[in-house]
Amino acid sequence: MNIQPAEIKNPKSKIRNTLSVWIALAGIVAGLVSIPQWTTNANALNLLFLIFIFITMSQSWNILGGFAGQISLGHAAFFGIGALVMRVLWIGGMEFFIAMPIAGVVAALCAFVVGIPTFRLRGAYFSIGTLALAEALRLTIANVLPTVSTMPARYIAAFDLAQRYYVALAIAVITMLATYLLMRSRWMLGWLAIREDEEAAQATGVQLLWHKLAASGISSFFAGLAGAVFSFQQVSYYPSSVFVATWTFDPVLIAFIGGVGTLIGPVIGAIFFIAIREQLVITLPSLHPIIFGIMFILIVLVFPGGLVDIGTRLQQWMQKRRVKSS
Amino acid sequence: MQTIIQNLVFGLFVGSIYGIGALGLSLVFGVLKLLNVAHGEFVMIGAYACYWIFVGLGIDPFLSLVIVLPLMFGLGLIFNTLLFEPLTRLETETKIRNSLLVSFGLGLVLQNGAQLWWTGDERSVQTSYAGLGFNIGGVVFPYTRLATFALTLIAIFALWFLLQHTRLGKAIRATAEDWEAATQAGINIRWIYLVTFGLGVACAGIAGVLLAVTFGFQPNIGFVWTLKALIVVVLAGTGSVFGAFPAGLLLGLAEAVSGLTIGADYREVVGLLLFLTVLLVRPQGLFGKE
Repeated sequence: MNIQPAEIKNPKSKIRNTLSVWIALAGIVAGLVSIPQWTTNANALNLLFLIFIFITMSQSWNILGGFAGQISLGHAAFFGIGALVMRVLWIGGMEFFIAMPIAGVVAALCAFVVGIPTFRLRGAYFSIGTLALAEALRLTIANVLPTVSTMPARYIAAFDLAQRYYVALAIAVITMLATYLLMRSRWMLGWLAIREDEEAAQATGVQLLWHKLAASGISSFFAGLAGAVFSFQQVSYYPSSVFVATWTFDPVLIAFIGGVGTLIGPVIGAIFFIAIREQLVITLPSLHPIIFGIMFILIVLVFPGGLVDIGTRLQQWMQKRRVKSS
Repeated sequence: MQTIIQNLVFGLFVGSIYGIGALGLSLVFGVLKLLNVAHGEFVMIGAYACYWIFVGLGIDPFLSLVIVLPLMFGLGLIFNTLLFEPLTRLETETKIRNSLLVSFGLGLVLQNGAQLWWTGDERSVQTSYAGLGFNIGGVVFPYTRLATFALTLIAIFALWFLLQHTRLGKAIRATAEDWEAATQAGINIRWIYLVTFGLGVACAGIAGVLLAVTFGFQPNIGFVWTLKALIVVVLAGTGSVFGAFPAGLLLGLAEAVSGLTIGADYREVVGLLLFLTVLLVRPQGLFGKE
């Protein structure tokens, strides 16, 4: 993972550029907000809902794995904890907008449980720890709560898909904004330094343990929120199903397809992933995990920058051609 | 009392399979500095290889090792060349990270491939002597389990002999200690990496065969076996290849004890607790040096 050197631009055009980017983003969000106003097509709304969840999940993974370089192989654990806590509190009668942040905080606390013993050591201990945590939780939950969790009848009667859509959109936007703000903070400098070279980072005064814990805590908080939104939307599901490894694998895949360690990568990755998966589910139902798995390996080995990087390379190549021809 | 001893004995037998599986992972990690989280998928493939040889050719599962071992070794060579060799030039930290990711993808492909090809049906290898065994004071020792234990001991002895008393083994150990110095001494690192990875996968194959005679299995067992192998490696200490065997026995015993006291459903959780405790109290592992 290489850091691209920042391009030096004319400051005036930079301000104009950022302004137009913000206006474009506001336009996109406004467009997404208006969608439930002119369509009640449940399939379309559910698809977008899934994309929002996956944006949140893969950005959450990206904060920890892409920026801070700490590979979580058990992100499903934090997603699942968020889903579980949300379900229990919300069906217990708590307002959803209070239960949701609590679900996120509990997920973050669980990240500390693995992080504190494993982050003191270098190497892959954190990855192994998260993997073990996810699997242990999945089995435990499957034993403790073996039956399907279904919403109470009055909840189903009051179910409003548009509301779920808005909540998921809001969480995705919050996650993106938070990542944007983090990228401009001192924390990010520390994370990138740790990712590139831990020893050098430590030598320049980066507090390794705190930085790693902060990254995993923030990351797991958003993973917990994603889980909370998921369990807020699902009418019925097996409580252990949110802990299965696909909830880890898909976000990792998305982050890498889009462009790991970038702000926009998870968004591009999520749209691409869901679009392709929906196609493959129809045409090649059982083959799609294999196709994505091979794609993932190729990206890690050959195109570590993902789609974002391929895009910029294409752009540069076009520019070069234009310069040559003129 | 008998049930307790019986459980502990079975725990030891199962632990020996954990030990040989983890040994392969530990060897690859120690020499190549690669963390292969698809290791459990190789165990799964070993189990299926044993099953098909038993069903198709009617060869005894223990004898099938003669075919399964070279098969798995070859599989290791192929995957090392295709997927892991491109990583060998990276700096250690990045290498571990990328090998984790690549093998994570590989595990997914292998698991789903097996699901597609061999279906998700649960398989098991039922030999004619499966139920036989002897009895000491009410504690049963099935022959298959005893053979499993003996085979793991033989395999570990063979590996120990290879590493300690042959030129190849010397070269492997030298590479594990300092690959740059090993290159200077004229050792062909690429070759050593290739062979070591093959050996690691072959160990997974042994674990797979022994698992096939002990339990039923499905394509999705790889994940759990990776996890167990990882936990055992951490218990032993990442630098201690042969510590993996006693650590495997320990995990087997711990699971048996937890099965008796808390309930069989929480066996997996015990592994995680052991893992976290060891990291907190003795991060270099039980058999590792400072």
